[in-house]
Amino acid sequence: MQFALMIYHTPEEFDMRKNDYSDPHLGAWRAYYKALVAAGIYVSANALEVPETGTTLRVKEGKRRVQDGPYADTKEQLAGFIILELPSVDAALEWAARCPGASLGAVEVRPLAPEAMRRGFTGE
Amino acid sequence: MNEINQEDAHRTIERVARESYGRLVAYLSVHTHDVASAEDALSNALVSALKHWPQEGVPKNPEAWLLTAARHSLIDVIRHERVVLNSEPTLKFLTESPTEATFSTSTQFPDERLKLLFVCAHPAIDPAMHTPLMLQTVLGLDAARISQAFLIAPKTMGQRLFRAKTKIRGGGIPFEIPQERDLAERLEAVLEAIYAAFGLGWDDMAGTDQRGRDLAEEAMWLARVLLQLVPGEPEAQGLLALMLYCEARRVARRDANGRYVPLSEQNPNQWSLSLIEEAERHLAEAFKQGRVGRFQLEAAVQSVHAERARSGRTDWAAIALFYEQLLRISTALGTRAGYAAAVAETKGLEAGIAALESIDPEAVSHYQPYWAVRAHLLQRLGKIREAAEAYDRAIGLSEDPAVREFLLQKRG
Repeated sequence: MQFALMIYHTPEEFDMRKNDYSDPHLGAWRAYYKALVAAGIYVSANALEVPETGTTLRVKEGKRRVQDGPYADTKEQLAGFIILELPSVDAALEWAARCPGASLGAVEVRPLAPEAMRRGFTGE
Repeated sequence: MNEINQEDAHRTIERVARESYGRLVAYLSVHTHDVASAEDALSNALVSALKHWPQEGVPKNPEAWLLTAARHSLIDVIRHERVVLNSEPTLKFLTESPTEATFSTSTQFPDERLKLLFVCAHPAIDPAMHTPLMLQTVLGLDAARISQAFLIAPKTMGQRLFRAKTKIRGGGIPFEIPQERDLAERLEAVLEAIYAAFGLGWDDMAGTDQRGRDLAEEAMWLARVLLQLVPGEPEAQGLLALMLYCEARRVARRDANGRYVPLSEQNPNQWSLSLIEEAERHLAEAFKQGRVGRFQLEAAVQSVHAERARSGRTDWAAIALFYEQLLRISTALGTRAGYAAAVAETKGLEAGIAALESIDPEAVSHYQPYWAVRAHLLQRLGKIREAAEAYDRAIGLSEDPAVREFLLQKRG
């Protein structure tokens, strides 16, 4: 069963990305990644650019409505996600608790939709 | 009844709820074999107390008042749901509702909490639910609070508690003290569940389980309750001693800036001598019984560490000996990692690493303390690259930000 760990950062945590390679906070992320791989549960992961680079779009009555910035105007913003293969939500929460992002911002754990539902989207 | 103000009544209700919750739930459910409805009845009684006591004054025997109110609530529920009472004693128990006068403050109703503890840790109930059940039924903690400590969504914890209680009601789990031949094993399950509340992974050299810390007070309360119920039982006393030794070091585990301080670097002047002395008394009494067990031995390891407050040094040979005895009883990962650390101090770093490597690699792949000990030993051996790898594993498996920071600094 696959779970998404959606990582929400505070502005301060987004700022830490500018620090150099020796920054302990970034070291913690590298160590966390190694632990995920060593445990054989890592599927994929990606980080997002800072929220200010986002653009939100809707099409209403045939017209494009474009808004600068992220979808939700909140202090903590989606910063990236990790997909893990795990037996249960309990295990996913265990790993979320070890995520360095959980002690500064927040980590939302959500199961990926089942294969059948995904096929509904892709038609494959 | 005395005329009292509202605030006093509220305080009294809180205190009685805290001290008597488990006694009342135990007493009711021993007779009805239904923990869930006993809890519902008691919470109705508490609501009723909140309404009546501020106006009418706190009754002379608040526990008896609550018990009577809870009984009435149980009868109401049964009438309302038209539940068929097939058990004559249950009906008799409920309808024989005694008046408040029946219980004077000197003649309390029987304390049935030991039976309730045995029910919570019954082999037919999922071991993962033993501790949550005890926290809820004996101490009255709500599912939200328990779920925080166990890292489970509150709704899920609520559902699991509900299922466990349904099983208690329908699964024929007896509310009784186990027979002599099962007693030791069943008691072990009760002790395990209490220790789980205290927080596993108390190996100071390695890391901490931050979640368990929140329940330390509750766990010690449970251990004291248990010891009242089985006075002189050496393992129950050993467990209480173990928790007191660890609790004595609580303040010393963080420096002024909130940074993690490992046991070896802690200043013994910051340890609580009164808690250590209390632990010492319990451990000495337990050993006198001549039935050594896991919790007494783990407490003995901690007593050697505590000795540093007096002697200024740590007797690692004594620690290694206690671990050798422990290994004959339990091969838990914590024991094996602790033994390896002690071996490293007495027989050299290589011997310590060899002891670590005799553990099944599969079993330790997620076990943070193993990697922390390993990293520490490799670093002292000057194997910088291997040490860094082990540090990374330990850091990646750490949950407590303070521990993570500490390991990152050690890693360099």
